[in-house]
Amino acid sequence: MLLEAKNISVCYGAVKAIEDVSFNVDACEIVAMIGPNGAGKSTALKAVFGMVDLKSGDIYFDGENINNLRPDEHVPKGISHVPEGRRLFPSMTVMENLEMGAFLQKGNNTGAEIEKILTLFPSLKERRRQKAGVLSTGEQQMLAMGRALMQKPRLLLADEPSLGLSPSYVDIIFEKLIEINKSGTSILLVEQNARMALEVAHRGYVFEIGRIFMEDTGRNLLKSEEVKRAFLGGI
Amino acid sequence: MEYFLHILVIAGIYIILTLSLNLMVGFTGLAALGHIAFACVGAYTSSLLALNHGISPWIGLITGACFASLLGFVIGFPSIRLKGDYLALATFGFGVIVYSVSKNWVDLTRGPMGLPGIPKFAVFGFELQPVWAYLILVFVFVLLTAFMINRIVDSPFGRILKSIREDEVASLSIGKDVNRYKLIVFMVGAFFAGIAGSLYAHYITFIDPSSFTMMESIAVLLMVVFGGMGSIRGSFIGALILVIFPEMLRFLGMPSSVAAPLRQMIYGLLLVILMLKRPQGIVGKYRFM
Repeated sequence: MLLEAKNISVCYGAVKAIEDVSFNVDACEIVAMIGPNGAGKSTALKAVFGMVDLKSGDIYFDGENINNLRPDEHVPKGISHVPEGRRLFPSMTVMENLEMGAFLQKGNNTGAEIEKILTLFPSLKERRRQKAGVLSTGEQQMLAMGRALMQKPRLLLADEPSLGLSPSYVDIIFEKLIEINKSGTSILLVEQNARMALEVAHRGYVFEIGRIFMEDTGRNLLKSEEVKRAFLGGI
Repeated sequence: MEYFLHILVIAGIYIILTLSLNLMVGFTGLAALGHIAFACVGAYTSSLLALNHGISPWIGLITGACFASLLGFVIGFPSIRLKGDYLALATFGFGVIVYSVSKNWVDLTRGPMGLPGIPKFAVFGFELQPVWAYLILVFVFVLLTAFMINRIVDSPFGRILKSIREDEVASLSIGKDVNRYKLIVFMVGAFFAGIAGSLYAHYITFIDPSSFTMMESIAVLLMVVFGGMGSIRGSFIGALILVIFPEMLRFLGMPSSVAAPLRQMIYGLLLVILMLKRPQGIVGKYRFM
């Protein structure tokens, strides 16, 4: 097991965001966390990356406890994070944004890594000298993913990658996630687009008010009547 | 002529303060408001070392800068976790504390009575008595500061500072230890401010707490914003104009009862016009906060 979260709880002040939540990600797996707004799926992802403090519970990566690591200490271990809302550096160029991903990280062959990422996202290649702020939201999402991939992660944490994207870009982003996964990177995905997420994911967790109330393969969750009614708009 | 050179010396000291604050506010995006506190520590440290222990102002200058840097650590450590205006308020508070200490710790600082008779810098046994000699000394330190800060912001380290200014969460998410970088910036900024304070003390040869009020911090911040956030050139322009311009208004040839308030009003009006027409400052690219 690559990532294992055991009975984790997170509080914002007095408010419990997630309580006693357990989930795991195997090597080479895509795992989706879905659920309505405020159910705690983003918080769970942030907890994995050390961006919020755990109240209780344990998180293991590759068998090693990573409870108290700062976000920057996750990156060398092989965990990278694509933040919600893309969060690029708008006044830097596409190239500079990619370089920032690997910046001051030891033993990285930045040039070769950038080439790989531009091959994965060809539309960024044409725009590599442009400022990140002028890209379309879809291209920005690709750049945000590319920036995280610069760190050659074993586990990629993606927070709402389809948020605010045009439908055609949503398709592209999910295709790219599969491609990234096929090259050997595990992905933990938080998504409000539940149907798309479950279609690409090997397994899924369904969140509801701070708890996980279902866990199954992506395919089974897609077929589940309960999930359909709650999140997929009763198709 | 002497008077004109004196204005340039003061402007030079302000350029050092403005450059070092620009590193924090302009290049890194930390809204720090207590900058003069670092100059205060630098000035008092080297003055007291010279007066009480006969230590050379040169050693005092370095020691003062190190003490200021230490204060930067003390202030920065709890404050950097705050964002935007909260950071501004916290650093403002620390500025007030440093001012109060310098005013009320009479045993050490002589409080409002100030420290008279601070020795001047000496080169090969010759005191830098004439103003032009002191101007050269300040000029050297201005160049040194500008060079160092330029080197910092042009380096990979500086690129990370830029990334923190643009988006702190993004910097965190790509694995940068944001708080550590901010703390280093605080300490480096404070170091140069400490140098400015020490240069001031050994030039005027008298300091008292009234030289280090919060109005001074705000004046330096104005110079940063006026000249341009995140621009070395801007810091030169901002400090030079805002130091020299009010002095020039002295020569309007009016009775002093009219000239003094008029000077303040023209100064204020100029700032309002600039902020309306060019909120990013004269040569800057970024707006304040």
